[in-house]
Amino acid sequence: MFDFLKKLFSKEPEDTLLADAPETIPLSPEQVEDIVANQAMQYELQHLVAASGQSVGKQRELNEDSLMSISTTIAGNAGNTPFGLYIVADGMGGHQYGEIASNTAIRTFGGHIMRKFHPYLFTLPTVPLDESLQDLMLEGVSQAQEAIQRDAPGSGTTLTAALVLGEQVSIAHVGDSRAYAVYPDGRFDLITRDHSLVGRLEELGQITAEEAETHPQKNVLYRALGQGEILEPDIFTVSFPKKGTLLICSDGLWGVLSKETMHQAISDADTLERACQNLVNAANAAGGPDNITVILAKMIG
Amino acid sequence: MGSVYRARDLHFPNVVKLVAVKEMVNLAPDPQLRKTVVENFEREANILATLTHPSIPSIFDYFSGEDRSYLVLEYINGKDLEAVIRDTEGFLSPAQVIAWGIELCDVVSFLHNHKPDKIIFRDMKPSNVMIDNRGHVMLVDFGIAKQFQTGQKGTMIGTEGYSPPEQYRGEATHLADIYALGATLHHLLTKRDPRLEPPFSFDERPITGINQDISSEVEAVVSRALEYEPKDRFPTIDDMKEALMAAARQTGLLSRMPSSAAPTIQTDGIKPLWKFKCEDEIRGTPALFDNTVFIGCYDNNLYAINAADGEFKWKYPTDGGVVSRPAIADGNVFFGSEDQRLHVISARAGTIAWSHYAEGPVRSSPRIAEGHVFIGSDDGCLHAVNSTTGRSVWTFSAAAPIRSTPFVAHDFIYVGSENGEFYCVDFKGSVKWQFRAKRGITSSPLVTEHAVYFSSLDGHLYSLDPKSGWVLWKFRLGKGSISSPVILDDLIFTGAADGYIYAIDLKTSKEAWRFRTEHQVTGSPIIYRDALYCASFDSHLYCLDAKTGQLRWKFATEGPITGSPLVYDDIVYIGSTDHQIYALLA
Repeated sequence: MFDFLKKLFSKEPEDTLLADAPETIPLSPEQVEDIVANQAMQYELQHLVAASGQSVGKQRELNEDSLMSISTTIAGNAGNTPFGLYIVADGMGGHQYGEIASNTAIRTFGGHIMRKFHPYLFTLPTVPLDESLQDLMLEGVSQAQEAIQRDAPGSGTTLTAALVLGEQVSIAHVGDSRAYAVYPDGRFDLITRDHSLVGRLEELGQITAEEAETHPQKNVLYRALGQGEILEPDIFTVSFPKKGTLLICSDGLWGVLSKETMHQAISDADTLERACQNLVNAANAAGGPDNITVILAKMIG
Repeated sequence: MGSVYRARDLHFPNVVKLVAVKEMVNLAPDPQLRKTVVENFEREANILATLTHPSIPSIFDYFSGEDRSYLVLEYINGKDLEAVIRDTEGFLSPAQVIAWGIELCDVVSFLHNHKPDKIIFRDMKPSNVMIDNRGHVMLVDFGIAKQFQTGQKGTMIGTEGYSPPEQYRGEATHLADIYALGATLHHLLTKRDPRLEPPFSFDERPITGINQDISSEVEAVVSRALEYEPKDRFPTIDDMKEALMAAARQTGLLSRMPSSAAPTIQTDGIKPLWKFKCEDEIRGTPALFDNTVFIGCYDNNLYAINAADGEFKWKYPTDGGVVSRPAIADGNVFFGSEDQRLHVISARAGTIAWSHYAEGPVRSSPRIAEGHVFIGSDDGCLHAVNSTTGRSVWTFSAAAPIRSTPFVAHDFIYVGSENGEFYCVDFKGSVKWQFRAKRGITSSPLVTEHAVYFSSLDGHLYSLDPKSGWVLWKFRLGKGSISSPVILDDLIFTGAADGYIYAIDLKTSKEAWRFRTEHQVTGSPIIYRDALYCASFDSHLYCLDAKTGQLRWKFATEGPITGSPLVYDDIVYIGSTDHQIYALLA
């Protein structure tokens, strides 16, 4: 088996590994084989795996972020449609009960989606749901909005939720938490659009990216869950990043680390759990000014 | 931030005098701050009480209680503009909106010219403008209420959607009122609520792209009021009123004259390169191969016409009307006919190769893929036939006629049926998944890597996951649709029986623009370069800018058009129920 893989894959990796690491001890042929075998691993079952990380950070006393991560695999002769739900909510500092708002948001929104999907996950789906996935998410956002206004009036939270079904990701998004598609080739694509004042000013070309970094109103959002009479979340559907990873995080992560650092932290890790902790550690090492929350999800197979 | 009560003034016991009482709750946390809030409120109430203007309600009294303050003012019998927008079907009358706009300019001008200190209204938006029972505007909520809003600390601001960019710098000049009035007019004319859009994004939603009844002059006035930089807006509200009136005069809006001076769009100037007359209605769509246009006709023939000059080449008679769009493969033309057959004839000579018998009329169009031809029939079956030999491979039974044209992608066949079932079938003819719309699916699906798109007579454009059939999104059309969607970049286009051609964002399922024709749009839009071609039952072929929905030109045929155009090599071909097929320069 190894011989076969070696024949297939060994030539290129061996060269690059050796060339790229001139100062380390060259890998033994066995080690190379091991790595190559791992890289070439083929998973027959298509399924979702996810991991998450969270930290209060170095400067706050209270964690106002909340997250929810659900991955299901139900496979058999009847087929297999990967299903996952990943949510990050960042309760807003300066407001009362920011932590209640973010918690209410993920539970209300997540609860709505799961209640809708429950029958379809546990009985064989013959006819799909009548509501579209986007309608479902819109309804979840309105319920979360109502729940926050009822249970924690005056507070607010961001919400970035990804519903993965098959090879599609539907995103519901309010505020400045972010979702990225991260690819092994170095691409680090932002999928969401911040609902922040400086983000908008930057889009309009009124301020530069550098000015945005240090803008006094950097934290000002123009849309947040729990705030305002009407709320228009961004809801859209994209393909799950092929061979890549879906990253959802609060601004405690993306506001502190560059894309390159984040990409590095993810690609250096051999597991998703490790990658999440790497990201959290890096944000804390950079000062940890805010709560940090991160979810990584990957499609295997 | 408080309630408004309808109250009766008991100083006048013998008559019913209604007043409005506005209640404001004082949320300031500490007593000193609370006192300041009340003082500010009373000072402003005093100023307001001195204002006399037909569009400003009179103030009768004010008082403060424990944690609340009250303002007693004229009761206005009417509803606010937000309710007007909500309760109006379709767009508001442009003449009416302009008339309100001019009245609003008047009252804002009165405030800006107030002595000794000018008054900035600060909060112009539809919900703060009442229309009384005589149809006149009333400014109801002065910035006075703002005193009672808690200081917004931390990370959130409640954006008004109507406020100018400089509000974030804490500036409030008379130019802010001009911006907010522009935003209010924009909302009234487009019915697009700015609170649901990113801030300062009005220029991304040009009025004329949404509401074609608005002249470019009026649009220009609103756009100038909405300039990002205060200095680029009208210097005074009076200038804005002038411009608004001039724009209204130009289009005859003020005198409520029907705008006979329709936009200067070419309608007559276009001469077809050629036209060809058949003996009955053409309801279908042409195909082109080897410099020949093939089109079916209700005189039962399939015609072959020279694409360059419209010369008749040959015709092939069937025993029924032909609406099916021909498909061409291996030098043969494939098409269905109401004579219940799939006909296959040589493209060169029009001689029969073979035919396949269904048990009902064949109104679906053939799709040729993987050595097979797939076609639906009114017999309720999807037929799979070997495209070279004509041997029937399998039939898949649906419960209702199939007039939709199958689409083949991802190793599956996608097709809709007349009872609303949509099927994903594998190459062996067994169902992978199915989906049910509320009414029939005549529309032919379009399948991309990401989704399956089709419209339905239930009035929705659907986007389904191609692997599982889950509904990713659905977009509500004004009426049912049998038009088949097409895609250009991020937009998907379809027509509907409400007479509109729609452009919808693929990812977000939000409308980008819509274009109104004068009758049902049953044919499908076609994309060629950056243009969209679509015909309507109103007998016109339209050429629109695909990005914006702006009309480039239209061409009138002598009868309703039910089919779709074909564009090839800068030439558009379209058949009409006036029995003719036309070739036009794209």
